[in-house]
Amino acid sequence: MNASIDVPQIARFGALYVAAARIRSMAKWKTIIAAVDVGNPLFYLIAVGIGIGVLVESNSGTSGTNGIKYIAFIAPALLANAAITGVMDECVFPVIEGFKWRKLFYAQNATPITGRQIAIGVYLAALSRTIFSVTIYYLFLLAFNVVDFGISVVTIPAAIMAGGSFGAVMMYFAAKIEKEDYFFNVMQRLVIMPMFLFSGTFFPLSSMPIYLQPIGWISPLWHGTELGREAAFDYGISTLMIAVHLVFLLAVAAIGLRLSIRQFERRLAK
Amino acid sequence: MPHPLISVQGLTKKFDDFIAVNGVNFQVGKGESFGLLGPNGAGKSTIMRILAATSTRTAGTVEILDKDPERFGPLVRAHLGVVPQQDNLDGELTVSENLFIYGRYFGLSKRFINNKIEELLVFAQLEEKRNVKVEALSGGMKRRLTIARGLVSEPDILLLDEPTTGLDPQARHILWDRLFRLKEQGVTLVLTTHFMDEAEQLCDRIVVMDKGAIMAEGSPAGLIREYSSKEVLEVRFGSDRNVEVAPVLQKMCERMETLPDRILMYADDGEKLLEQITAQKLHPTTSLVRRSSLEDVFLRLTGRTLIE
Amino acid sequence: MSSAIDIARDQSSSAMYAGRPQVLLERSWLAFRSTTWVPIFTGFMEPVLFLLAFGYGMGSLIGDVSTGTADIDYTMFIAPGLLATSAMNGAIYDSTWNVFWKLNESKLYKTMLSTPLGPMDIALGEIAWALLRGLVYSIGFLTVVSILGLTPSVWAILAIPAASLVAFGFASFGMAITSFFKTYQQMGFINFVMLPMTLFSGSLYPISVYPDWLEKVIMSLPLWHGIELVRAFWFGSINSGVFLHISYFLIMIILGLFVTSRRLRALFLR
Repeated sequence: MNASIDVPQIARFGALYVAAARIRSMAKWKTIIAAVDVGNPLFYLIAVGIGIGVLVESNSGTSGTNGIKYIAFIAPALLANAAITGVMDECVFPVIEGFKWRKLFYAQNATPITGRQIAIGVYLAALSRTIFSVTIYYLFLLAFNVVDFGISVVTIPAAIMAGGSFGAVMMYFAAKIEKEDYFFNVMQRLVIMPMFLFSGTFFPLSSMPIYLQPIGWISPLWHGTELGREAAFDYGISTLMIAVHLVFLLAVAAIGLRLSIRQFERRLAK
Repeated sequence: MPHPLISVQGLTKKFDDFIAVNGVNFQVGKGESFGLLGPNGAGKSTIMRILAATSTRTAGTVEILDKDPERFGPLVRAHLGVVPQQDNLDGELTVSENLFIYGRYFGLSKRFINNKIEELLVFAQLEEKRNVKVEALSGGMKRRLTIARGLVSEPDILLLDEPTTGLDPQARHILWDRLFRLKEQGVTLVLTTHFMDEAEQLCDRIVVMDKGAIMAEGSPAGLIREYSSKEVLEVRFGSDRNVEVAPVLQKMCERMETLPDRILMYADDGEKLLEQITAQKLHPTTSLVRRSSLEDVFLRLTGRTLIE
Repeated sequence: MSSAIDIARDQSSSAMYAGRPQVLLERSWLAFRSTTWVPIFTGFMEPVLFLLAFGYGMGSLIGDVSTGTADIDYTMFIAPGLLATSAMNGAIYDSTWNVFWKLNESKLYKTMLSTPLGPMDIALGEIAWALLRGLVYSIGFLTVVSILGLTPSVWAILAIPAASLVAFGFASFGMAITSFFKTYQQMGFINFVMLPMTLFSGSLYPISVYPDWLEKVIMSLPLWHGIELVRAFWFGSINSGVFLHISYFLIMIILGLFVTSRRLRALFLR
């Protein structure tokens, strides 16, 4: 063995090496990533925020949105949704690629790096992409005067927590996939899109029939959005509910990551 | 030759500054099995695409069944069976669906194709696999299916580009057997290859190509007779000593080629030559006497080996 | 030469067209037969989810929408716009990603062009398939909308041929654009254009909320014409503007077919 290989060092920092490798390959796409992560929510903000905002405010003013202008009402939700789609991209494609398409994880695992470190590394890289794009999006919100600078900065971690919690669960499923067939199609249209539409993104969850509201309760997007709204404009959520949102997001993230690590280790050892 | 099916004169193809095919002439007669032999990059595949009426030429004339493929593309293609270098089967379909839909591309009736499929599945030894998606086939099976697919329209000419490249030895032999049957049935075959044994097995007549031009033309046996000796003695002295002994050996035979790993000595009696060498106390680490092959012809013509 | 082969037809046909686009439909059907209904089902669900979310969720915030001539219920207002949008999405999916795959990965078109088929057969056959798929979506959506009681009259059925024309235009144009793309990054560009067009073209709110100049830009985009066309038939309010919308799509269709067949020839028969 080459004497300069420091095994304890790798045991400590292996996950960071994996994350660094992921970030390096992401960096090639940084323009596209920024355009998609920031552009998509901006389009929604301008189109729906202004277009539907006019209809809403001419009909019922701000009474349906706790006194907040419509465009401001949807901004934290779009921020959280951008985080969710961003983290999901980085927790799903690289994982399928790593196990199946290019089998990169097996190559990494042939070095002293463990399955646990690969899982954590991929996850950290995904979160870092989101920090990057969500921050840019937040700056746009400031520039457009949709939110005021101050405590509203907390919308950023709220959004990232929503992304992190959803992404951790998705990473587990991606690591389980043997045949991807319709996975992307079904994910996009039967999970992501309904979550986007029914999580109190464009209207308060409470304005939906009660039998549809559970979609929001289990959706990281709703929890992240509510936290973001509270941070941005004193939305009037009780301390208890803030705690519920926080606990939900952290618990889901922890469970998802735990399952992912176990699945990574199993699949690499198979 | 009676009236040829394919007639190529002065064929030239340039890609920007690169001349892929440079003034090539040849003819192919009915029922003939004709081969283009040469290393990768010799221009064989370019010629095949022009014959297949899917590529234009820069200069020269080409007639296939008396038609210019460039002017009568669809008509010429209706008479051809094409087996490309890379299998391009329809991955979304099963084995028999691949045959069926390909026949439909030719405008054949469903009844005709359905009868034909039975015959082709037997030919390709894929009766058991008829309802299997092509992704699940082995490389050899895929290649046999691609050939069967090319036969669905009962073509006058079957074009095969590198038919056995990438196959394992067993799959190659099965494929050669299938192609040999076609030859016996009188199907006109035009194939490219960089395997000399393949050309010797399958072709009545070959042209040896290098760098876009034809170096020699004839039957495999005729070319060997003309450009090589009856036998070849291959000797190895180890990579360091080859160069050292080469001048001594040179005097002992009519022609010799020094390759990086071995020395080829051309003679009518290889065993006798080997005795002479050992008599001189030059003990090669390995030695082998074999018949001359097209590989030797190519080496003679170009100074290079076919597979580098 | 097989007697079963119809030489006469080939002889009379040009290098561009063998007169057999229907074999492309046969091929698509064979390929489709063995797949599941998952992508069809999810494609059908997308506009339905939008209708439920925006219709029932936003409806309470928005109430009625003024179209200039009449005030209509918001859910009823968005239904035809969503029909046009889903016709577009179905057609675009088939004519861009599927075509990209067959051009660059599976090389299916190259194989087809080594037979007597010509580029025009491929263009027509593939677009016809995209059209059929769009038709299935349209009929499914109209059925749901009728069950929900959101169709103004039985004449709304005329919106189906209108939506098919929209699908035809987008399929033809989408295939033409795709024939120029070589990489997945370039394909990402299509999504990037589609989202803002979808959001801004007035499926969810009247474009009169925008300033004049922006309204003019939107009115030059194909989706706006598609939505207006479908809406006109939906509400039975046929006027001279309908001819403009129809001409717009006829030009898209002809241009798309012309460019696609040219490009196929340039790609595979040179």
